[in-house]
Amino acid sequence: MNTVTGHPYIEALLKGYETPHGGVSWLNERRAQALERANALTVPTTRDEEWRFTDISPLTKIHFRPVAAAPRLAMADIAHFIAPEATAHLVFVDGVFAPELSANAGLPYGVVVTNLAAALGTHATVIEPHLARHAGFEQEVFAALNTCYLRDGAFIWIARNQKCPTPVQLLYVSTQKEAAAYPRCLVVAESGSTCTLIEDFVSLGDAVYFNDAVTEVVVGEAARVQHVKLQREAGGAFHIATCAVAVAKDAQYASHAITLGARISRHNLNVAQQGEGAEVRMDGLALVSGRQLADTHTLMDHARPGGRSKQLHKCIVGGAAHAVFNGRIVVRPGAQLTDSAQQSRNLLLSGKAHVDTKPQLEIFADDVKCSHGATVGQLDAEQLFYLRSRGLPDGKARNLLTYAFGAEVIDRIPVPSLVEQLEETVLAQTQTPTLSLPLSGGGES
Amino acid sequence: MIRTGAKVLLEVKGLRAKVAGVEILKGIDLTVREGEVHAVMGPNGSGKSTFAKALAGHPAYEVSGGTAAYDGSDLFALAPELRARAGLFLGFQYPVEIPGVSNSSFLRLAYNTMQAVRGGDELDPLEFHDYAREKMKLLDMDASFLDRAVNDGFSGGEKKRNEILQMALLEPRLAILDETDSGLDIDALRVVANGVNHLIKPDNAVVLVTHYQRMLNYIVPDFVHVMESGRIVKTGGKALAEELEARGYDWVKEAA
Repeated sequence: MNTVTGHPYIEALLKGYETPHGGVSWLNERRAQALERANALTVPTTRDEEWRFTDISPLTKIHFRPVAAAPRLAMADIAHFIAPEATAHLVFVDGVFAPELSANAGLPYGVVVTNLAAALGTHATVIEPHLARHAGFEQEVFAALNTCYLRDGAFIWIARNQKCPTPVQLLYVSTQKEAAAYPRCLVVAESGSTCTLIEDFVSLGDAVYFNDAVTEVVVGEAARVQHVKLQREAGGAFHIATCAVAVAKDAQYASHAITLGARISRHNLNVAQQGEGAEVRMDGLALVSGRQLADTHTLMDHARPGGRSKQLHKCIVGGAAHAVFNGRIVVRPGAQLTDSAQQSRNLLLSGKAHVDTKPQLEIFADDVKCSHGATVGQLDAEQLFYLRSRGLPDGKARNLLTYAFGAEVIDRIPVPSLVEQLEETVLAQTQTPTLSLPLSGGGES
Repeated sequence: MIRTGAKVLLEVKGLRAKVAGVEILKGIDLTVREGEVHAVMGPNGSGKSTFAKALAGHPAYEVSGGTAAYDGSDLFALAPELRARAGLFLGFQYPVEIPGVSNSSFLRLAYNTMQAVRGGDELDPLEFHDYAREKMKLLDMDASFLDRAVNDGFSGGEKKRNEILQMALLEPRLAILDETDSGLDIDALRVVANGVNHLIKPDNAVVLVTHYQRMLNYIVPDFVHVMESGRIVKTGGKALAEELEARGYDWVKEAA
């Protein structure tokens, strides 16, 4: 099984791979399939259509190793990352579950927030139909790698008609250089249930590391899931994540994905509408500068009639950074009365900033409403003058307008403390050096 | 109010300005002293708004000749924000909408910027809220204006009130109000004009740019200037505005 015949880089990532002993057979089988695919696939290049704007060759120049052991962190190291609303939170350090930093007490009956390894013993019948079933790894080398390294992860289960009263935060803390971690998460919201999930990727220090994450979210009939993803990795880090969502009849799913960190990041969000009348919202904001590259690929698959999807993706790109958005919307034959709207809005803050945005609509039903639009621009000159005419320096006026551009996405995040925190982050990150102007009659504000 | 010996606040001489390479202002002379209210009137396309924007420093309006001394220094040497901090205020004909920025943060930023210039206390959000509420009473504005985004979705009248609210908060020395009366119904006009009247003091000055005489029924000007083809062709007192209202602009053109 461990015979390595694949791409040299994948081979290096799989070096020392050991098949887990024992464990449940269905999971062993899936891991074995994933290992086989990982060995068969290659690292994508810009010659691959799905990666044509995203050159991940810098990733392959660094020799990442699986994490041998995670450092023990104190609560004080990470407390500031925990949203006060998230009374239940699971913390993973370099991909390893840290129970001493996590909290899951006091949850109501029918709400389970725990680590996957533990849940496999108690909730196997819930997990088995879903784990590694939604996030395909046949053609996706990074999902395959994650799946063959699947040992533990986060598990959230909301029983039928139950409500998880507070947001659940999954905090992935990275600390070690050249570490490759494989965060994994499964959320199963049974019919009629509701929950809010926060996936948060942070770092202590500025190590160069690699997070290869996979999340699967199952939204049962008439269930409601709100999903916040915060990617605030270290500036030199690599982040490749796939989130696969299955949405049942009359269910509601909303994603709010915020991309701030990492040298190179890729966020794949694949939403499959598996029942009639489901409602999906996909919001995204990428705020990048310097030499960052942030790629968001989304797929909204309207497979059943009467689905509604709304997407707003925004990029704020400064320095020599590069943002990519590919928004694919598929309306399958028979998915009549689909109502889908996609907006991609991009703000370039410098002459070297770059954005590639691509709507991709594939419509195979005739009674549908599908709209899309994309804009790429700079700050509005009239707005800028208006602010300056009220005494605001040019730099401050630009920051405020940049912030306002991002605020539209941030303000819709259903966790107030995160909204506040992100507003501050965006304000701080958009601070451009204020032009030094001769002062007249007083001090700088 | 005309006072002999009042300090000259603005002295414009031979001002020429271009928009997109086309000369719109062709030599304007205007002197404004403290305590005075001036009305600049004229038909559409005469250059009234260009004059207002050129004074405020709009980057699309290129000054191609002439001078403007503001409080003794060269106005055109200053960036727009520095003109504002020196006490020049432009009330916009079309106030700009800024979705995503709350009116309260915007107003507070502007207010605190001016306070820093004046050496006054800056206000935190709560203090500012109370302070702004007081000023808003003057303009019959509801507190909810503070929570909305800047001019976003405001009606024409709401936008104009918001402009005068800014004037009330920033307390400019020279306010240039560009077509503040346009788009206002008669009740709103009365409220806005009343607000402006409250803000006129012996040590500041107001230049009203307007097409119609009706606002001048409420804000009485000391001088009325008529613009035509980028020049001031006639200057008179309040009676000139009434004559324009009765006879139209054509007779001035012919006389000029």
